[in-house]
Amino acid sequence: MSASPLIEIRDLRIRFHGDDGRITHAVDSVDLSVANGATLGLVGESGCGKSVTSLAIMGLLPKQSVEISGAIRFDGIDLLQTPDQTLRDLRGNRLAMIFQEPMTSLNPSFTIGDQIIETILRHRGGSRKSARERAVELLRRVHIPSPERRIDEYPHKLSGGMRQRVMIAMALACDPRLLIADEPTTALDVTLQAQILELMRELKAASGAAIILITHDLGVVAEVCDEVAVMYAGEIVERAPVDDLFSAPQHPYTVGLLGSIPRLDHRAEQLATIEGMVPNMAQLPAGCRFAARCPFVLDACTKAPPPLIEVSPGHLSRCIRAPLERLVS
Amino acid sequence: MALLEVTGLVKHFVAQRSLFGRALAHVKAVDGVSFSLEAGKTLALVGESGCGKSTVSRLVLRLIEPDAGTVRFNGRDLLALDADSLRKFRREAQIIFQDPYASLNPRMTVGQILTEPLALHDLVAPAQRRARVAELLRLVGLEPRLARRYPHEFSGGQRQRIAIARALAVEPKLIICDEPVSALDVSIRAQILNLLRELQDRLGLAYIFVSHDLAVVKHIADHVAVMNLGQIVETAEADALFASPRHPYSRALLSAIPLPQPKAKRTTVLLEGEIPSALNPPAGCRFHTRCPFVIERCRSEAPPLLADSTGHATACHRTAELPPADAILPAAGGFSPALAKLVAAFSQKTEGASPAGVGIQGTASATTEAMGTVR
Repeated sequence: MSASPLIEIRDLRIRFHGDDGRITHAVDSVDLSVANGATLGLVGESGCGKSVTSLAIMGLLPKQSVEISGAIRFDGIDLLQTPDQTLRDLRGNRLAMIFQEPMTSLNPSFTIGDQIIETILRHRGGSRKSARERAVELLRRVHIPSPERRIDEYPHKLSGGMRQRVMIAMALACDPRLLIADEPTTALDVTLQAQILELMRELKAASGAAIILITHDLGVVAEVCDEVAVMYAGEIVERAPVDDLFSAPQHPYTVGLLGSIPRLDHRAEQLATIEGMVPNMAQLPAGCRFAARCPFVLDACTKAPPPLIEVSPGHLSRCIRAPLERLVS
Repeated sequence: MALLEVTGLVKHFVAQRSLFGRALAHVKAVDGVSFSLEAGKTLALVGESGCGKSTVSRLVLRLIEPDAGTVRFNGRDLLALDADSLRKFRREAQIIFQDPYASLNPRMTVGQILTEPLALHDLVAPAQRRARVAELLRLVGLEPRLARRYPHEFSGGQRQRIAIARALAVEPKLIICDEPVSALDVSIRAQILNLLRELQDRLGLAYIFVSHDLAVVKHIADHVAVMNLGQIVETAEADALFASPRHPYSRALLSAIPLPQPKAKRTTVLLEGEIPSALNPPAGCRFHTRCPFVIERCRSEAPPLLADSTGHATACHRTAELPPADAILPAAGGFSPALAKLVAAFSQKTEGASPAGVGIQGTASATTEAMGTVR
């Protein structure tokens, strides 16, 4: 997108070493970048590596059993080469994350005010009084009614939508440059989801932070993202500006995904289905990882892993048959 | 005659008791719900958490006892049945749940799970049971040899197939599907939805489909009832409801769903505030605290559910005065011409291959499960 991205991931590979000596290739050769003020959607089904990628950015993967290689450049430094102490200074400060489950991410034995103030004092210092004022201000920004009163409440007194607002307020406490949101609305009802998505759009416009939004919901992606990366079996199989991805997908997996969702704006007698299953991540096939399930498969697909090629400006696909329009005209 | 006729169903749960066991507070989970369902059709109950949709589905099966109202199945009053006749009724109505992990006994093989209802209702002679199990597995797109395996060896979608096979074992006329695809990944969700539809066509099943996902409902339902805080606020033929939702709550629900169509032109109705508690629902219309069209009358007087000549019923004082609901869903199709062609090609090629999702490799499914926990 822009000349100097805020975060740039190069050739990220993550392997889990199991107790039985099995090695699981959770993430393979992932390249990503997000510019200031942009929102990248990371889409895929369970186990595709999207959450593991985000945990690697935050430095939250256990060191003992996980092997990470590649580079994650954030604001001029490589997060993978950064000592833990520096990472702790970054997390909650310039790098922030919100999770799917607001109930389990908040500590039940402290008031929400305590938890937000702790973050502010840890990174910004200052007096407790000024931190409290800032916390009230943050709660107001995420539209929590009567924040002066709410700040002294415990998480169990808040509803799911309110808790997710508190999580967002906490993530914003130190004006992060990059916000990672991992399925932030999946646990919420649709009317609350709409409120939270609106809030995220508002905050992005106000703060200019970059956002990585991890989701399985293509509708959410279409509403809030500028660019999308689709992951399958640990790899990025397609990356494109959001309009291009939805109007002319260039990877068969994306086509299958788009065809398999029931839509309010389209009537289909039969939904497309992707047959078969995700490959075993400890014994990956030699060629394309989607080949066994792909209706457009050729012999060449199973011989060598396909590279990520640029089909049109900014639109990348890991498929040797792209551009796919050739297959249907 | 309708297969199922529900009138004036009420269920209040006690939320708090005094020291001496007197009820202090009630959750009005279901408060006067009526609907009917024809054989071979699908009625969807939609609404947000706590609207009472799951409670209705359990009341219909008499898994819990209602406080008031009647349920008639094939003309018989269910609430008058004794234990013996109730068990016979269970042959005709079955339920599948959201979480296939929790609804299958981990210590039983799939064969045992599917044999149990056959034995319980004495449907098939012991010698033929194995053949019937094989037939049931084939019906839901699984290979008969999988009968020897245990539930943990299957993926989420396959487990939901097993739960469906178990429901089909007794040859029911009605299956209640309580959020059957909410826990599944998108591509698996499509397989299960296609399977449910195909089984309905083949076996003439009626479904009550409980869901919060309106896109799924649009795909599968003939008739829709939108619920809010224990009551039906709007009910109509699915096509009519999605083409022009009338109740302000239905409109808000529809407009809140993100469409997989970037820059879609549509009106959005963003509701303010939280969902009120069913413990203490607002007086008058239960939606008035969040309704953008609220007037004084709504705060004091509960609107009745009134049907027009086409059977489209709405519970709103202002039905006639509301602006038309044109732009809540964009009129233009969601698929670009290029995407439509690609999806068609994708499906066509796939159909030639194996029937829906039959393949299983023990190791592969175990890995998918393990990866799922990482997420």
